[in-house]
Amino acid sequence: MKDREAACLSGQWFDVEGGADMAERNSGLSVPPSVRGVDRNLDTSSHAAAIDVRNMNFYYGEHQVLFDISLMVPERSVTALIGPSGCGKSTFLRTLNRMNDLVEGTKCTGECLVEGQNIMDPAVDVVLLRKHVGMVFQKSTPFPKSIFDNVAYGPRVAGEKNRSVLADLVESCLRKAALWEEVRDRLHTSAMALSGGQQQRLCIARTLATNPRIILMDEPASALDPASTDRIENLIGELCANYTIVIVTHNMQQASRVSHQTAFFFKGHLVECGPTMQIFTSPSEKQTEDYITGRFG
Amino acid sequence: MSVAAGSQIASPEISFSSGGDSTIRRRLLLSLIFKWVCRLMTYGALAVLAVLLTSIVWNSLGRLSPGFLVNHYSMNPARCGILAGVWGTFWLVLLTACFSIPIGVGSAVYLEELARDNVIVRVIKVNLSNLAGVPSIVYGILGLTAFRPMTLFLQELFDGRHAINVMGLFRVRLLQLEIFDGNVLVGAMTMSLVVLPTVIIASQEALRAVPSSIRIASLALGATRWQTIWRQVIPAALPGISTGVILSISRAMGEAAPLMMIGVLTVASMCPGGIESPLQLITNPTRVLSVPFDQFTAMPVEIYDWSKQPDPQDRFTAVAASGIVVLLVVLLLINATAMIIRAKTARGLKW
Ligand SMILES: Nc1ncnc2c1ncn2[C@@H]1O[C@H](COP(=O)(O)OP(=O)(O)O)[C@@H](O)[C@H]1O
Ligand SMILES: [Mg+2]
Repeated sequence: MKDREAACLSGQWFDVEGGADMAERNSGLSVPPSVRGVDRNLDTSSHAAAIDVRNMNFYYGEHQVLFDISLMVPERSVTALIGPSGCGKSTFLRTLNRMNDLVEGTKCTGECLVEGQNIMDPAVDVVLLRKHVGMVFQKSTPFPKSIFDNVAYGPRVAGEKNRSVLADLVESCLRKAALWEEVRDRLHTSAMALSGGQQQRLCIARTLATNPRIILMDEPASALDPASTDRIENLIGELCANYTIVIVTHNMQQASRVSHQTAFFFKGHLVECGPTMQIFTSPSEKQTEDYITGRFG
Repeated sequence: MSVAAGSQIASPEISFSSGGDSTIRRRLLLSLIFKWVCRLMTYGALAVLAVLLTSIVWNSLGRLSPGFLVNHYSMNPARCGILAGVWGTFWLVLLTACFSIPIGVGSAVYLEELARDNVIVRVIKVNLSNLAGVPSIVYGILGLTAFRPMTLFLQELFDGRHAINVMGLFRVRLLQLEIFDGNVLVGAMTMSLVVLPTVIIASQEALRAVPSSIRIASLALGATRWQTIWRQVIPAALPGISTGVILSISRAMGEAAPLMMIGVLTVASMCPGGIESPLQLITNPTRVLSVPFDQFTAMPVEIYDWSKQPDPQDRFTAVAASGIVVLLVVLLLINATAMIIRAKTARGLKW
């Protein structure tokens, strides 16, 4: 608790206009202000479930890494997955668009409904699923092509050939990813020349171009400097009005800034899941509180 | 403050100058000796190479002339030329490339990108390097027993009448072709066996150098496995593949043994298809069709033949040396091309 009080006193967690957070400050429990666009008091209970995971178990060969996970992700909101490293957050995230299929010898049991469809069904077309459920990785991985070709890649593999359609799409996706102004003059230069933060936003734009409903992000800002991290967080705030976002982060302040709902994983178990404000101010599990207050992990 | 820290560091027990300690001095001396031994060996090898090259160039000086490139074989060393060998090698390498690039790159893509990791695949991968080490004469024997009989079969197919019955229904007139023994086709098929292992290994290495994050990112965008290979992996690996492939195929240029085995001409006074200048490729393109079935010789075979010609005045030595110079120049040009391709295409590809 010491750290948080110190941070409280220094005022670094508060911005002056943080009206929505005044109540918490007065109550003595401190959570950093959310980014613009993320209203943490949003009642998501009325939202339909974009993802509904039921009793999921996951194994790498004999080694079980997820135990009986049940989790509901409301649509058009941000869900943060937190927990110490190695607890299975990335594995869980990858089950949501079946990227784990690429690892040989994995097994997954239970149900995972994406927009009502069980994606664990072997009949599911993973190519269609992955267009619908996009993914952004920790390390930005631009293709060694031009910026334009990077963004246009998803639509192109989906069969879009019309150049003007592609050009419009590329522009709108780069705008949504807050990158357009920086790259509009050099769309046809190599994406590898962009800075780390720009590359990551390019990867987000590239994902948006496949027109997904859900975006999975695995520690999207953990390799970035604070300014770029800021931009990514603000971007999440803008995107969550139209997309469902699930974000893995090891940075708890980030989780509290950008998410409506937070799920705490520990050793493959989902310890607790609830509205972010509640998880960060009055967690019901001791383990969650210990982790959030930095007593372990 | 900093002065105090400095005086602490300079404690007498720890010293980074090697002056005092005799064991350290001995180690330094040893590593110095080792460095010089390595250096001498390198320079020694280079010196031997330089002597060899100089003597070859020296020997060729009197004989090497533009005429050497456009003359046919002659018993008279002063008129003897390498034309047939140049064209023979050209067609041989071209056909070898046509066979070995699709098969080799395809195999590499299959082994690296598509095959599941099972016993068979592992056995194949391990044995590829063994195959690359097999002496080329062994492939020559294989060509002799497996590919040359094919000539007989083709001969029957194209026999005198230049026509075959298709299932007894109608007769198809084929090109007027004569199928010779030890033809370019058999040579190229044999040579493909020689270079395939190295082509596959070079392509595999280039594919392996493509980071898997590229594949994963592509699949995550809803690309199929095939689209990922075709649009991301192969383009990214292409510089590596092309340099590796060029270098391994240029090996086919210097090989004489497998060609001798399948029985190519050593003394040729005609070029495959009768094409003797690039101009004829344009003026008489149908001749190209008969190239694969024609007899031929190749530069290394001619060089070998010249070097053992009995000549009282040893005048064929100069001819052989000239042939070696031509072969070396062609090889250097090809290797330079490979380096240029690498330098040009690798620029945009930094992970
Ligand atoms: N490809 C894999 N093969 C085998 N085990 C894996 C693989 N990926 C992750 N694991 C194991 O699964 C567990 C969870 O990993 P991960 O999902 O990456 O955790 P997190 O993202 O929370 O740090 C770890 O114990 C890790 O060793
Ligand atoms: Mg992880």
